Amino acid sequence: MRRFVLIAIPYVWLLALFLVPFLIVLKISLSDIALARPPYTPQLDFAAGWEGLKSFFSELDFENFTFLTTDDLYWKAYLSSLKIAAISTFLTLLVGYPVAYAMARAPEEWRPTLLMLVILPFWTSFLIRVYSWMGILSNEGVLNQVLLWLGIIDTPLHIMNTTTAVYIGVVYTYLPFMILPIYSALEKLDGSLLEAAEDLGCSRLEAFWLVTWPLSRNGIIAGCFLVFIPTIGEFVIPSLLGGSDTLMIGKVLWEEFFSNRDWPVASAVAVVLLLILIIPIILFQRNEQKQREAEG
Amino acid sequence: MRRFSWFNTVSLTLGFTFLYLPMVLLVFYSFNESRLVTVWAGFSTKWYGELLRDQAFLDAAWVTVKVAVFSSTLATILGTMAAYVLVRAGRFHGRTLFSGMIYAPLVMPEVITGLALLLLFIGINLDRGVFTIVLAHTTFAMCYVSVVVSSRLTTFDRSLEEAALDLGCSPFEAFRLVTLPIIAPAVISGWLLAFTLSLDDLVIASFTTGPSATTLPIKIFSAVRLGVSPQINALSTIMIAIVTIGVITASILTKRAAVAQKRDEQAAIRAE
Repeated sequence: MRRFVLIAIPYVWLLALFLVPFLIVLKISLSDIALARPPYTPQLDFAAGWEGLKSFFSELDFENFTFLTTDDLYWKAYLSSLKIAAISTFLTLLVGYPVAYAMARAPEEWRPTLLMLVILPFWTSFLIRVYSWMGILSNEGVLNQVLLWLGIIDTPLHIMNTTTAVYIGVVYTYLPFMILPIYSALEKLDGSLLEAAEDLGCSRLEAFWLVTWPLSRNGIIAGCFLVFIPTIGEFVIPSLLGGSDTLMIGKVLWEEFFSNRDWPVASAVAVVLLLILIIPIILFQRNEQKQREAEG
Repeated sequence: MRRFSWFNTVSLTLGFTFLYLPMVLLVFYSFNESRLVTVWAGFSTKWYGELLRDQAFLDAAWVTVKVAVFSSTLATILGTMAAYVLVRAGRFHGRTLFSGMIYAPLVMPEVITGLALLLLFIGINLDRGVFTIVLAHTTFAMCYVSVVVSSRLTTFDRSLEEAALDLGCSPFEAFRLVTLPIIAPAVISGWLLAFTLSLDDLVIASFTTGPSATTLPIKIFSAVRLGVSPQINALSTIMIAIVTIGVITASILTKRAAVAQKRDEQAAIRAE
């Protein structure tokens, strides 16, 4: 009995506040927009009994999903989210790998401090970390002032409100997600393997390419997914740093809901976004499982 | 030992400069006299004064703290229960669905979680405000808590619990006297994580709130949407300062606890 209550409390909570809302999104994505409160139709009418239920289901259709494929905006936004996420994941890897590598090579007594310095930004507000770049990247921002003062450029660079600014924002905010798994893979690496490779005639670069890189591959894969997956649905970064030409699906969904008040289309956008996300999520889970098996 | 090459020194320096310079600049410019954020016009704390006199910001801060305290406490209780169920309850009907519902919110885009919860609250005609934000935050934060706590529970020596049961404890007493003290560090970090997640959340709060409750992130977002604001710089500085002090204090306390534990262990060995 006690065991039953223990299981039931979190179970019911998650059913009511996670699964049910989800089914509602699914249902509304099949409904039509209406000038009513709530602004969609059909409504489930329990009073009408079985007949009501039948007419309810007969009115649901895939119209919103067909609409998503006919309107350029949506599929362009999905594609551009995927593209932005992929490019910024690559850039984050480029920045994160050398840092993780250096951390794993640092003297042992430094490592806890370095690790804390990487984790500390996690505890600081995400919104504020994105915001901090607005003062740096704007036309009269710190970066342009420094470059002008150094005489490297004559006219201010236009970075703020472009996709470049979004890349910088993603790399900056998600960098710890990349560094931590790579660091933990590299830290376990046995230094004698590298010495053996060098003894056998490898140059340092060859030793890195043949030994270090493959052995840190799981960390790299984990880090890439940890950056890629949340970036696809990102809202804060494109809306603060991006411009009008930066199309990202999180922002489209937000605007569809708050500005256009088209709930059925917003729900359909959400459902398709989830379908897209399922693939990388499953791949990520597999990678994690493989790693656990390799370690256990 | 391999020498620490110049390449590694450069990567570390550049990497940490990149991570910290934007925040240092934010703190620096919060003391700028000028409204134009990038023109230095002398040291001043006037933006802090303006911030503290702005009732809307104070109200938002109060709402945010209230939401964070309630939701993180609830999330810790529910998340610890969920972790216990995942690790200890063995097999039961619907276990796969349960663990799926624990892990799914971790990878769910916030816009979708927010939209789904809002549609639920509208569907059941719940007045939106502090209460609905607490419900929303509790739901996603409990999943983070349960991941943190369950990783501690799996590495824990079960024979200690069994010993307590053999010595006549009820299952609840065994949990309170043996299990809870051992998993306490994970429960505390779970609470802290839930608290910061709640403080930080813009998207889910924007969806689930009503006109009566504005949280600090919602207020910040609407203030900076059109550009840099010196008041927000001051607010950011205050938040960064709180986090830094908190993390440093926590790390000193853990270090001290570790030293104390080591001393006790050594004393115990000597006593034998």
